[in-house]
Amino acid sequence: MTTLDIGKTSRTVPESPHVALFATCLVDLFRPVVGFAAVKLLEEAGCRVEVPDAQTCCGQPAYNSGDRADASAIARKVIEAFEPYDFIVVPSGSCGGMLKKHYPVLFHDDPDMRLRAARFGAKTYELIAFLRDVMQIDVVNARHEGAVTYHDSCSSLRENGIKQQPRELLESVDGLELREAKDSEVCCGFGGLFSVKYPNISNSMVSDKVDRLTETGAPLVLSGDLGCLLNIAGKAAREGRPLEARHIAEVLADMTDEPPIAGARE
Amino acid sequence: MKPTSHHFKENAARALTDVQLQRALGNIGEGFVNKRASARDALPEFDALRDRAKAIKDHTIEHLDLYLEEYERKVTEAGGQVHWAATAKDANEIITWICRDAAALSVTKGKSMVAEEIGLNEALEGAGLEVVETDLGEYIIQNRHEPPSHIIAPAVHLNKDQVIADFRAKHTHLPADRQLDEPSALVGEARSVLREKFLRAEVGITGANFLVAETGSSVIVTNEGNGDLTQLLPRVHIVVTSIEKLVPTLEDMNTLLRVLARSATGQDITAYTTLSTGARRRGDPDGPEQFHVVLVDNGRTDMLGTVFQDMLRCIRCGACLNHCPIYNAVGGHAYGWVYPGPMGAVLTPSLIGVQEAGHLPNASTFCGRCEEVCPVRIPLPKMMRHWREREYDAGGTGLLPRIALKSWAFFARHPRLYRLFAGPAIAALARLGGKRGRLSWLPLAGGWTAHRDLPAPSGQTFQARWRAHQRAQRKRRVRGKR
Ligand code: SF4
Repeated sequence: MTTLDIGKTSRTVPESPHVALFATCLVDLFRPVVGFAAVKLLEEAGCRVEVPDAQTCCGQPAYNSGDRADASAIARKVIEAFEPYDFIVVPSGSCGGMLKKHYPVLFHDDPDMRLRAARFGAKTYELIAFLRDVMQIDVVNARHEGAVTYHDSCSSLRENGIKQQPRELLESVDGLELREAKDSEVCCGFGGLFSVKYPNISNSMVSDKVDRLTETGAPLVLSGDLGCLLNIAGKAAREGRPLEARHIAEVLADMTDEPPIAGARE
Repeated sequence: MKPTSHHFKENAARALTDVQLQRALGNIGEGFVNKRASARDALPEFDALRDRAKAIKDHTIEHLDLYLEEYERKVTEAGGQVHWAATAKDANEIITWICRDAAALSVTKGKSMVAEEIGLNEALEGAGLEVVETDLGEYIIQNRHEPPSHIIAPAVHLNKDQVIADFRAKHTHLPADRQLDEPSALVGEARSVLREKFLRAEVGITGANFLVAETGSSVIVTNEGNGDLTQLLPRVHIVVTSIEKLVPTLEDMNTLLRVLARSATGQDITAYTTLSTGARRRGDPDGPEQFHVVLVDNGRTDMLGTVFQDMLRCIRCGACLNHCPIYNAVGGHAYGWVYPGPMGAVLTPSLIGVQEAGHLPNASTFCGRCEEVCPVRIPLPKMMRHWREREYDAGGTGLLPRIALKSWAFFARHPRLYRLFAGPAIAALARLGGKRGRLSWLPLAGGWTAHRDLPAPSGQTFQARWRAHQRAQRKRRVRGKR
């Protein structure tokens, strides 16, 4: 049994923690294999995993568009549904950040809900950070022949403090060579609705990003955020670049049978 | 300066296809970003210093009235005079009046963003004065009749060859074989022209990076020394600045200078750091006969006590601009007013209204890099979100996006309905993607698919597959028991 510091309080990690997977709407709608990969990784780490019924989207589109009322109504639903578990795990830095950091902000005039949101946030983690920092996994049971590059999503990097964890886990994959891209801390231009509202600025950003990733010579880019991946894969596909894209969990869980994101199907 | 912030989209589109501009913007990352990173790495206490800087500014702004009073008292004791300008118009009138009183024909200026904000040059020129910018960057853009595109590097949107061509056009005395390729050659050439202006000007106008309440001093930092000549040579020195530049003590000013230079240019300290305290005293070898400070409010006190108060901590280092991928893509002019980039996205709506500048806080991916580098830890994305909330509440968000958002939020709150609709919708989208696994065009997502493909969904939602998987497992278990 390990004890870890979460903020100022310390929390004991039970032997076989009861984990709720918040799959995120993009995983649910676009890439279910990421959900399965996450469950596999969590179970291999010794967790009992459940996928609660009452989940849809974390509410970010509303929150970031200034619609605070809807955002907090969604947050309340999520908190109620996921509160009973030891941990809430999210295979996305951006939704992880929303659940962990932004939910408490939504209830500034409701002390009771704010407390619940804070407690909820304290046991919510992005998947990779959870595996490394909470479950202290440093080796995964996976094999991947060849070079990959890793894209740091802004929310993983800046809202969840994730930089080393994915790299450490990738190093443990048999046969995998990790190549760093230049300007890895610069945004890919997705930004949720930003890419729809300002398509040509977003395009300029994702073009630069695809250039940097392609320069590494690695044929595959991995990331912890499906939003960035849809953006990057969509751009690479449009331009016919030799760059495939997958969620990092697919490789770590050794579940790479599905065609890559935006890839052709049999 | 007349704002064009409501044309942000058009401005940005133009900027993205401007080859010269794109080439110039390419240098920012290599230059400012790397220099800041090295400066940060070389100073172990950098982050602690940022906390201290933030605390100093917070404290000052909490007690702004007290420190302003102290500052005014000290300036007066040192033989200077403080003028209070509630609006841009007031400020221009006060400054014009001081110039008239000094029977001035010619004014030299050091770089000042507040002067840009209030449109001082036009006001003075309108009053018949010759106004000469003495900072190299400002000099360059003044000759081009352009506003600055960056708060510390006003001409960062230009390439060297453009600048050289402008110099040759303006300085007609230059022999064709005279080399101007080095920045030092340009500075030298500008200096030779400016020398005569420095000597002729009756009034010198500078901004202030900080005002020190304890001593009544104002400080400017430059790398060219032009500020010193601007404020020392003319008979009258006018400092035009805004009220939030105040700090309590010289010690505090030191702390802020240390984070300012490192965040802005990666220097430990700028080449020239010059304090002015009052007018020339008996026995002083140089200095102006009159010393005036014009303290501009222009909307800042309205920010006090609101969610935007934190923005008053800004020390105008420009780090958030340099690190912003949007700024790097479109440059400063696209923002349509004096303050570009993330700091402008928060400040501009505060100063000229969300009707005019509502685009700016929306033009962000919330990547958070600006907040990460801000030396006084201003939560810029959070404040942009506050602007978006105000815009949304005021009905400023367009009808179509509003309906789309509302419907999505409705489904997000009703998981069962969400699943009922998501399944078929996703299956249809997957069919559209076909064997290619992606869509090159999708109605209502034209902006997205204009530039990239939309990866097609796998065909079934995770939730549906997960439930099926669980049912299969249960069956297997039951069979196993039999
Ligand atoms: S907001 Fe922060 S980073 Fe940006 S200019 Fe102001 S002090 Fe510098």
